[in-house]
Amino acid sequence: MAEAVLGAMWLGVTLYAVFGGADFGAGVWDLLSGRAAAGAPRRALIEDSIGPVWEANHVWLIFVLVFLWTGFPRAFAPLASTMLIPLTAAALGIILRGSGFAFRKTMTTVPLRRLFGATFAASSLLTPFFLGAIAGGVASGRIPAEGAGNLVAAWWNPTSLLGGTLAVLTCSYLAASFLAADAARSGMEREADWFRSRAIVVGILTGAVAISGIAVLRSDARVLFDGLTGRALPLVALSAAAGTASLGLLWSRRYRLARTAAVLAVVAVVWGWAAAQYPWLLVNALEIADGSGSAATLRAMLISLGVGAVLFVPPLLYLMVLAQRGELAADSAAKPEGGSR
Amino acid sequence: MVGVLLANAASAGDLLAARQQMALSLGWHIVVACFGVAFPIFILLAEWRGTRGDRDAAELARRWSKAFAVLFAVGAVSGTILSFELGMLWPGMVAAFGDVWGLAFAIEGVAFFLEAIFLGIYLYGWDRFPPKAHLLVGLPIPIAGAASAWIVVTANAWMNHPTGFDAATYSATGRVIDVDPWAAMFNPATPVQATHMILAALMVGGFVVASVYAWGWLRGRRARRDRLGFTIAFLVALAATPAQIVVGDWAARFAAEHQPIKFASLEAVYRTEAHVPLRIGGWVSGEQVRWAVAIPGGLSWLATRDADAVITGLDSVPADERPPTAIVRSAFQAMVGIGFLLLFAGVWFLLAWWRRRSPPRSTWFWRLAWAAGPLAVIALQAGWAVTEVGRQPWIVYGLMRVDEAVTTAPGIRVGFWVVTAVYAVLTVATVFVLSGLGRSLRSADLGAADG
Repeated sequence: MAEAVLGAMWLGVTLYAVFGGADFGAGVWDLLSGRAAAGAPRRALIEDSIGPVWEANHVWLIFVLVFLWTGFPRAFAPLASTMLIPLTAAALGIILRGSGFAFRKTMTTVPLRRLFGATFAASSLLTPFFLGAIAGGVASGRIPAEGAGNLVAAWWNPTSLLGGTLAVLTCSYLAASFLAADAARSGMEREADWFRSRAIVVGILTGAVAISGIAVLRSDARVLFDGLTGRALPLVALSAAAGTASLGLLWSRRYRLARTAAVLAVVAVVWGWAAAQYPWLLVNALEIADGSGSAATLRAMLISLGVGAVLFVPPLLYLMVLAQRGELAADSAAKPEGGSR
Repeated sequence: MVGVLLANAASAGDLLAARQQMALSLGWHIVVACFGVAFPIFILLAEWRGTRGDRDAAELARRWSKAFAVLFAVGAVSGTILSFELGMLWPGMVAAFGDVWGLAFAIEGVAFFLEAIFLGIYLYGWDRFPPKAHLLVGLPIPIAGAASAWIVVTANAWMNHPTGFDAATYSATGRVIDVDPWAAMFNPATPVQATHMILAALMVGGFVVASVYAWGWLRGRRARRDRLGFTIAFLVALAATPAQIVVGDWAARFAAEHQPIKFASLEAVYRTEAHVPLRIGGWVSGEQVRWAVAIPGGLSWLATRDADAVITGLDSVPADERPPTAIVRSAFQAMVGIGFLLLFAGVWFLLAWWRRRSPPRSTWFWRLAWAAGPLAVIALQAGWAVTEVGRQPWIVYGLMRVDEAVTTAPGIRVGFWVVTAVYAVLTVATVFVLSGLGRSLRSADLGAADG
């Protein structure tokens, strides 16, 4: 039962990593889109492609948090206590990212759009870093089974830095490949090329960091290292293969396939982490069986999720399909910026 | 268990900082969350009129949906922060009771998911769907909004009325056994608390939106669309107000029965006695209420419908189990007083409408309608102060104290100041963005009229 709930939660982590990650990465590209005039079409593309979906994608994070504290309350308490600083930072990043994005849309003058846009973009960079750093702290066994661990060392250590860096790079890579596909679909060839070349560069960088990270994990996160090179090796290999394939597909401008391969690479690495860490909930501190809540609650969670999924999956898929077909657009009839541009 | 926790307990300053941070983030979120419940109703009402040929209403719906998009975004992110904070600030409670009371949040997630999905389709689908289909796409938004409000309040109701586990064993040993998450979710305090909250959301949303138009009215913006905007929002709030007064009475009687100390605190009943008067106004000073108007037997009657009934006083529990009565009572008085003032504003409006089929002409009505928005927000905050401060020193009523639940990590005060600074900036930015949105829409009107 606990494994089933954990599996469901990990599905949430995966979906958040892919979709939420792509939204964060879009913010990073917004930051790097260049000066106001030159970057305008790219920023417009970013706004259109994440606008309708980012709030729905954000719900996966809430889902994961809630499942963690309801299903595994004894793991959540020390995790949240130890990770006070990066969690606060990520929380503030989430606030600033969301509100900055929503605020910018209503702004009509360049300086104000720049201010809120920069808030949105900078927090899109910081939030995944801190979330990745938290993951690194968990995976390297820096969270005690009870109370709070070292408030700084738990997230400021080699594995956490690796986790944070990889999170930012992965988000950027996913976003660039998503945006290249979106641009190509909308016939924006120049933008598609812009994102394509950056996706390739960041993809190679991500691969390089991941490979050199092996050495970091070997010395700093032995349990994870043993798992990744043992039980989880097929998933790691799959991730590497899919990542490489997505680079090749980007190179040959087959964007839709490239995007699928990039997603596969991320999914494989997320599940690879889970497989490598199993059966630890908090590495070297708390196993799944010791950290899980009561059986009645776990059962109730699965029932609620099953019933809830019937309700929310069809409309969610519908939203995604509409967004993918480019059929959702900001209200054109009463645009606030009407005439002033 | 208590001994173990106290051994490395947080300092009093850190506990206070944790409580303030939680109060700030909850108090901020609750205001924005009210719009998540109420605003879609106004928008859909306007859009519905629009599908029947009222072009002003159709335009209003489009404009409101832009403002709502901003409010929903800040509501979504400020709500997420709360789930972080529950773990960061109150790990003792999450570790002990997470699997008892957490289910509600999991289900609330589904409702919120639906709200976010349909809002995405709705906001970005104005041109994709024919008008009636678009209206239909919007329909799940207020339903999911109200559902998620209801479900999330069950979690707070549980803190007031903990059920769904063996409380006797917990009191004796600190172990939580026989967990029944459904019983926890359907605790008896939920119906009254959730109804009270949803009505409050309608009042806050309605009076605040109407307040913006009342302000415009005072400054000469009285076009048909402005009147329509005022009327839709004000009518919804107006309809909720009398219902809220009835539900508020229900909530107070529920507290009298199940949380007698909270009830004693909100009415400042220090000594257990019979035939307790209802004291209106005044303030608490040295275990006495001064300068209040007293109605003999009034409180006994309100609590039990028997003017001679005995009311449990604060003296029935040790001093360290009493909430800070001066705060709780003044918050309660403010909430009830504002509730009746808002009712008065509604009656004024209805009388004018009944006589002339138009809103009151008196400038004083519009000043009152303008003040009603901030007043409704104050009443909302006061209400939360009553239920939360009135529960002190407990986080889980009668079972776990806040000082057992709070984190032992140092530096909570620093976090509090950082969070305060961010929320201050966010508040200013939200107000600035919304008023800027209103301005730019109005200037678009002028442009259209000129050209």
